[in-house]
Amino acid sequence: MAMKLDKYTVDDLILKGKSLRRQLSVKDGLQPIRIAFLGGSTTNEVANLLELFLLDSGFQPVIHQSEYGRYFEDSVIDPSDLVTFAPDVVYIHTSYMNVQSVPPVHCSEDEFRGYVEAEAGRYKQIWESIERNLSAQIIQNNFELPAFAVLGNIDAVSFGGTSRFLLALNAEFARAAAGDPRLLLQDIHSLSARMGLNHWFDWDRYFSYKILMTPEGNAAVARSLASLVRAIYGKSRKVLVLDLDNTIWGGVIGDDGVDKIQIGRETPVAEAYTAFQEYCLSLQKRGILLAVCSKNDEEIAKQGFEHPDSVLKLEHISCFKANWEPKHENILAIARELNLGADSFVFVDDNPAERAIVEAQIAGIAVPDIGNEVSRYAAVIEEGRYFEPISVSQEDLSRAALYRSNSERTKFEAAFANYGEYLDSLDMSAEIERFKPLYLERIAQLTNKSNQFNLTTRRYTLAEMEAISRDERYIGIYGKLSDRFGDNGLISIVLGRCEQDVLHIDLWLMSCRVLKRDMELAMLDTLVEHARTANLMTLRGYYLPTSKNAMVADHYEKLGFLNVSVDPDTKNSVWTLDIPSYTPRNQHIRILEPVRG
Amino acid sequence: MDNILEELQPIFRDILDQPNLVLTRASNANNVDDWDSLAHINLVVSIEKHYKIKFALGELQELKDVGDMIDLIKVKLAAK
Repeated sequence: MAMKLDKYTVDDLILKGKSLRRQLSVKDGLQPIRIAFLGGSTTNEVANLLELFLLDSGFQPVIHQSEYGRYFEDSVIDPSDLVTFAPDVVYIHTSYMNVQSVPPVHCSEDEFRGYVEAEAGRYKQIWESIERNLSAQIIQNNFELPAFAVLGNIDAVSFGGTSRFLLALNAEFARAAAGDPRLLLQDIHSLSARMGLNHWFDWDRYFSYKILMTPEGNAAVARSLASLVRAIYGKSRKVLVLDLDNTIWGGVIGDDGVDKIQIGRETPVAEAYTAFQEYCLSLQKRGILLAVCSKNDEEIAKQGFEHPDSVLKLEHISCFKANWEPKHENILAIARELNLGADSFVFVDDNPAERAIVEAQIAGIAVPDIGNEVSRYAAVIEEGRYFEPISVSQEDLSRAALYRSNSERTKFEAAFANYGEYLDSLDMSAEIERFKPLYLERIAQLTNKSNQFNLTTRRYTLAEMEAISRDERYIGIYGKLSDRFGDNGLISIVLGRCEQDVLHIDLWLMSCRVLKRDMELAMLDTLVEHARTANLMTLRGYYLPTSKNAMVADHYEKLGFLNVSVDPDTKNSVWTLDIPSYTPRNQHIRILEPVRG
Repeated sequence: MDNILEELQPIFRDILDQPNLVLTRASNANNVDDWDSLAHINLVVSIEKHYKIKFALGELQELKDVGDMIDLIKVKLAAK
C-alpha cells in the first residue's frame, strides 16, 4: 500500500523515517536502483529522504555516498569505489560553498570569463570521467544564489559579484546539460528561490555537521530528485483528469447555465479559473493528455467548452466522460480508452469526497489535495512534480495529436468488412533499422514505459543502451510506423543477443497505440534478415509473464515459433524459430529502404 | 516541566525505531543502541521542533546524557 508520503510533513518524515523505511521496504515488486551521491556537503539527510520517496514510488534504492566533500576526488582522481558500486544514477550535490575560486571584487570581464571557465571546467572533468568510467545517468544540481550579496544589488551586475558569477555558471551548466542526454540538471536555483534562501541555508547545522540546508530544503531537493529518477525510468505521469464544476470553471453549469459559469476576465474569480485553464492547456501543449471526468449531463457539460471565454476547447480533451456513474469507474474507462494505466493519472477535483473515493478505489493514481481555492490549484499540482520530463521530444509535443488520430482510425476501421482491406487502406509505411545514436534516448525511454506489449519487461537506461549499441554481439532494431493519419513515431524495439548460432531475443516490445497493425510481422521479417546476414540459425524467444503483459502470452506462438519449455513455477516460456526455412510474413506495411551513410 | 523525560521518550522511540525503548536520565549514545551521529542530528531536529526551541552552537557538545539534555531544555523553555 502506498504510504502517501506527499501528505507527511518534513518533521514527520524525519521523526518516523526509520519505521517508514522499514514498512515501505517490505512491498513486493520493488525495482532495484543503485544511486551514488557525490557530495560537497554532508548528504545523509537528503539521501535518507530520497530513499523514502523512491521506496514510495516503487523503487528499492541502494545508496552510496562519497566521503564528505570528496565529490571531485571520488569521480576524477580515483573513481574505483564508484566503479565497484556500479550505480545506475550518479548525483553530484554541490553548492556555491564548493566553488573553488570566486572572482575578486575588482575583476575585469576577461578575468571573469576565466573564472567561469575554470569552475565549469572542473565539473566538465567530473561528468566526463563518470561518462568514461560508468554507464550511469548523471544528475548535477546547479547553484542557488549566495547567502550573502556583499555588493548588494550590483552583486548581480558587477564582474566581481558572486551572484553574477553563479548565474554565469548556471548558464554554462544548462548549456552542458542541453547538449548531453546523459547529464540531467537539477534546478536547485529554482527550488531555493521558491523556498527562500533564508529558509534554505542552515548555518548552525553547517558549522556543526556540514549539513548546508534546512530539513525543509533537503526534503525539497529529495522530492525533486525522486521525480527526476521517476522520469528517467519512465514513471512520470501522463494524464491530467479534470473535474468541471468549480474545478475548471466557477459554478455548476447544470444549475446555473453556461452563461452564468465563472470564466473569462469579468471578475476576480473568473480570472482565476481562466488562469487555471491556461495552466492546464500549457501542460497539454507539452504532451500531457487532458481528460474530463465530471458528474454532469454530457451535452450540458460540453457547452462549457463552447463558452467564448473558455481557454480549453473540446479539441484539447483526449477523453471526455460526463455522466452520473461513479468517478472511479469513469476513470478506469478513460484508462482503457487511452490505453494507459490509471497509475499514470493525476485526478483534480475540488470535491474532497470525490477525491477520497477515487484515491481509495484506484491503485497508484495521484490525487493532490488541491483545496478549494482555484488560485492555488496550479501551485499544488506543481508541487507534486507529477509530470517531470527529462527532455522534451517531438514525440511529446505531438502526443495529443497522435491520440486524436487514433480515435479517427477507430472510426475509419468500422467502414471495412475485411481487416486486411482496412490495413491496406491505412497506407502504412515503416522504417525498420538497426539502432542509431539519434534514437537511443527514445529507445531507452520505451523500455521503461512499455508494460503491456513487452515480452520480457527488461528496463534499460540510456547509458546501458549506448553500451549495447556499440557491442557487436547484439542485434537491436527499431521500427517507426507512419500511416495516412500521421506519423506514429518510433513504436517498436527488438533486441537480440548472439550466442554461437542462436539469437536470443532479450527484448521485444511495442507501443500499444499500433496494436493489430501487423507491425510485429514486419519487425520479425527484418530481424530474421539481420540474423541471416550474421549466419545465425535459430531465433530464441522468451516470454516472462507479469501482471500487465498477458496480451503477448501467445505472441511467439502466433508468429510460428515452437514452444521449447514452460517453467512450472514462473510460467516463463521459451520459444524457437528456424531461420533458414523462414519466409517473410508482412503483407500490409511498405518497408522504407534504409538510408545508408 | 518535569515530564520532559516522558515527552522525549516517544521522540527517541520514533527516531531510533525502537518502540520499547525506555529512556532514563542516564541514557546516552553509548548505552542506547543505534544512537549514532546521524540519529543524533535527527534527534536534535525533532526536539527543537517539538519544543520550538533552538540549541545554540556548541551547547550540545557539552551534554553527557539525556539528563543533561533535559536540564538544557528546561533552561531554554524558561527563557522563552
